[in-house]
Amino acid sequence: MMTDTPVYQILGLTRSEYVRIVDILEREPTPTELAMFSVEWSEHCGYPRSRDYLRTLPREGKFAPMVGTDAGGIVLDGRIVVFKAESHNHPSQVEPKAGAATGVGGIVRDILSMGARPVALLDSLRFGDARDARTAFFVKGVVDGIQHYGNCIGVPTVGGEVTFDAAFSGNCLVNVMCVGVVEGERVMTSEAPAGQSVMFLGSRTGRDGIGGCSVLASREFSEADQKRPTVQIGDPFAGKCLIEATLEAIASGAVIAMKDMGAAGLTCTTSEMAAAGGVGMEVELEKVPRREAGMEPFELMMSESQERMLAAVAPGREQEVVDIYHRWGLQAHVVGRTVEGGELIIRDEGEIVAQLPVVALTSPETIPLPYSAPPAGAEIPLDVERPQGGWGEALLTLLGAPNIASRAWIFRQYDHTVQTNTVVPPGRADAAVIRLPITVEGATRGLAMTMDANPRLCGLDPYEGARQAVAEAARNLVCVGAEPAGVTDCLNFGNPEKPERFWQFVRAIEGLGDACRALHIPVVSGNVSFFNESPQGAVLPTPTIGMVGVLQDVTQARSMGLLGEGYDLVLLGNLSGALGGSEYATEICCAGGGNIAVLDMERESALHKTVLAAHAEGIVAAAHDLSEGGLMIAVAECCIAGGVGARLDLKDIPAETPADLAALYFGEAPSRILVSLLPEDHERLQALAAEHGVPYRRLGSTAGRHLVVHGPGSEEWGSTLSAMRRRHASLPDLLGL
Amino acid sequence: MSVAVIRFPGSNCDTDCVRATEVVAGLKARVIWHQDAIPAEISLVILPGGFSYGDYLRPGAIARFAPAMAEVRRFADRGGHVLGICNGFQILTEAGMLPGALLPNGSLSFVCQDVRLRVERTDTPFTRRYKKGQVLRMPVAHGDGRYFSETPPQGVVFRYVDENGDPTPEANPNGALDNIAGMVNARGNVLGMMPHPERACETLLGSTDGRALFESVLESSLGVGA
Repeated sequence: MMTDTPVYQILGLTRSEYVRIVDILEREPTPTELAMFSVEWSEHCGYPRSRDYLRTLPREGKFAPMVGTDAGGIVLDGRIVVFKAESHNHPSQVEPKAGAATGVGGIVRDILSMGARPVALLDSLRFGDARDARTAFFVKGVVDGIQHYGNCIGVPTVGGEVTFDAAFSGNCLVNVMCVGVVEGERVMTSEAPAGQSVMFLGSRTGRDGIGGCSVLASREFSEADQKRPTVQIGDPFAGKCLIEATLEAIASGAVIAMKDMGAAGLTCTTSEMAAAGGVGMEVELEKVPRREAGMEPFELMMSESQERMLAAVAPGREQEVVDIYHRWGLQAHVVGRTVEGGELIIRDEGEIVAQLPVVALTSPETIPLPYSAPPAGAEIPLDVERPQGGWGEALLTLLGAPNIASRAWIFRQYDHTVQTNTVVPPGRADAAVIRLPITVEGATRGLAMTMDANPRLCGLDPYEGARQAVAEAARNLVCVGAEPAGVTDCLNFGNPEKPERFWQFVRAIEGLGDACRALHIPVVSGNVSFFNESPQGAVLPTPTIGMVGVLQDVTQARSMGLLGEGYDLVLLGNLSGALGGSEYATEICCAGGGNIAVLDMERESALHKTVLAAHAEGIVAAAHDLSEGGLMIAVAECCIAGGVGARLDLKDIPAETPADLAALYFGEAPSRILVSLLPEDHERLQALAAEHGVPYRRLGSTAGRHLVVHGPGSEEWGSTLSAMRRRHASLPDLLGL
Repeated sequence: MSVAVIRFPGSNCDTDCVRATEVVAGLKARVIWHQDAIPAEISLVILPGGFSYGDYLRPGAIARFAPAMAEVRRFADRGGHVLGICNGFQILTEAGMLPGALLPNGSLSFVCQDVRLRVERTDTPFTRRYKKGQVLRMPVAHGDGRYFSETPPQGVVFRYVDENGDPTPEANPNGALDNIAGMVNARGNVLGMMPHPERACETLLGSTDGRALFESVLESSLGVGA
């Protein structure tokens, strides 16, 4: 590194930001102050680039939203269901296991800081091309990190998604979502009045993760970087003890406010807690327990050591809190107090090392960024031929495709049944379902949850892609019988200082907002991750949607597995899909181009109403949303999950050309759900569909151990259940795991 | 007479076990902190699953030194019933209260899935309500569940089997010797098992095959006719 580079620049600040700091302080900042500004003004903490856009997202829905500082949620029968997703992309690219593990730990503490017990985890993961030998290294490391942390802390990992695309080979995405539940009156905030004791709780502070949010998360990767010391190392055992101690401390009533130390550690918690309460804070750094001697004040203020919390505790009750944390083998020290005024004063051995106005620190100036749409590419037609080996072989190829094949190898490594609430485990349905121990009028409520993104579509059209991700997430919940209730977003984009990248962000936010407004779902929490770029280029724009839905009666949850012989199959929605950007185009045609299907929000909403009404009438035996691979993959997945075959009659469909047939069998489009039901229930479902104007088509019925399709032109094709199952389980072989 | 669930730092199935005894028999089990004594009225001790002390040295290797374990040993020596599930089984082998050891899974990966178990013995206080040869379904969730012993194991209570009840290699989720999933000591009052019966007590959760285990041992130790 060149010696004449100014310190502020090494810390990730720009010249104009530095000038503003000098203006605010009316003097040169101390090294500690400079360090504090650098982390707090980073995109990761202060959202200076994205803030104005995030404010446009809707906050209203059917269930009362509750938007907190560290997470948000919905109010349900006197409790608050808290949820949030967060990215840990850059650390996972540098050090897959440690990066993913701390991703889990970090989001769990966000939920915990609201006083909620974490009840479920989900992960949305993006890796490079599955056939690239390096990809397995990242998959193994990230999965290992998630299981390492999540299994130990005893929070079930119930769902998520994984996709592969070469655009993520230099910058994988690890988005973790946590759901927690808290009794309404116990919900914690980070607001405390003046005169409270400020306590440092949890693990000691070390030198790990210094500059994690400012240097690592807020820049692109370049070739020669040595960023390992910026990755934090998590300790799941300490994480588990921290959960129990913190919930106990909150239950004792001694805790007034709580914040978790994630990005920007002590700087973030002290300044944001003071800002939330509209007070000042004095901190004595020498009281902060540390792992190693000789740490400088700026290191203590920037460290992102894991498993630490900051609490405001009622004066006189400090010892109760100390006793609880000590019992769990954790640190607990009074390190300062909240004071009148708005100044944050950090002392080390009596000497003031930082003294600054809290508000200046926590409200970085908005950085307006220019954006512009990329030049429209020429439309490339997609040339579709009959698949070599026929439709049956195409079906098997797609079942084994990296983005369709079963994720069992991954979720089998996650404990998904601990806490004994998991009703629909991973792999069984479009969304996971857990029991929420609230009993109302003899029924136990359920929570359904899912994560969805559509990077390939977002790459073609970020507005449309974001809308479709919201629609698909909601559709997933509807399939299991849950009413969509709230969204958390995790927005992964490239370098926002490049106008075309920022345009992707702006358009995706518009799509996300429009879709949530149309479906009447509030966005209660979220996270922005920019600078996901490497020498191989930017990642595809990936707004990941985490969505939670409510089941009035959890015993009525449905999965995708067909229940046996004697059931009928119905498609709600249009029969054919589009092939542009589809798995069929990618895996069979090996070609880009072609058209994509555009989402009609009214149709989508009508579909949800139909299916939820059918669930309420108890006529849905199984349901599955049509997504990657279209109709035939959806049918095949239902057969595999249920262990039964099906016979479909599509003879009368007017499709002749290979393109028509491929669009029928494997075309992709939103607003389509496959429903299985008893033959005597057709009339009722048909009536519901008609009422909402949703296309209704009886496809066939379940039978035997084969999937048999009588296609247009009396062409008969299919596959055996065992062959489909074998190909669907081929992910480990494909990745060489 | 009552049930105790020992809570070590890092236990994560303690509340699940409490819930299971409540669901099965309406009994409110007492949670005993790892540093505390076992009250005299206790007649069944459950060592729950989890990662006691982070399992950082070796699963169960630190927990065996917890004050509560000295208590558990005395309790078992007096004939009290001890049920160790998952990490609890690991602690019992580390403590020498059951023979053998639990090694890292053959796959070297954590495994969470439903397994089938064959009941090998019904002459134990834990299995009297099962039928010999009965095949049960319940989840496993562990990274170190490969049972191993240098001497031919006695006291096998559960084996991993396939849907036909045969102990095949494919039905064995962790590479355990002779498909061993659960063991009792010679006296028959200490059972260790890797699968989680407490996760198989409610229809809603997919299986109720674990209920009879709790019913058996509660009946044996408390005389509760569940």
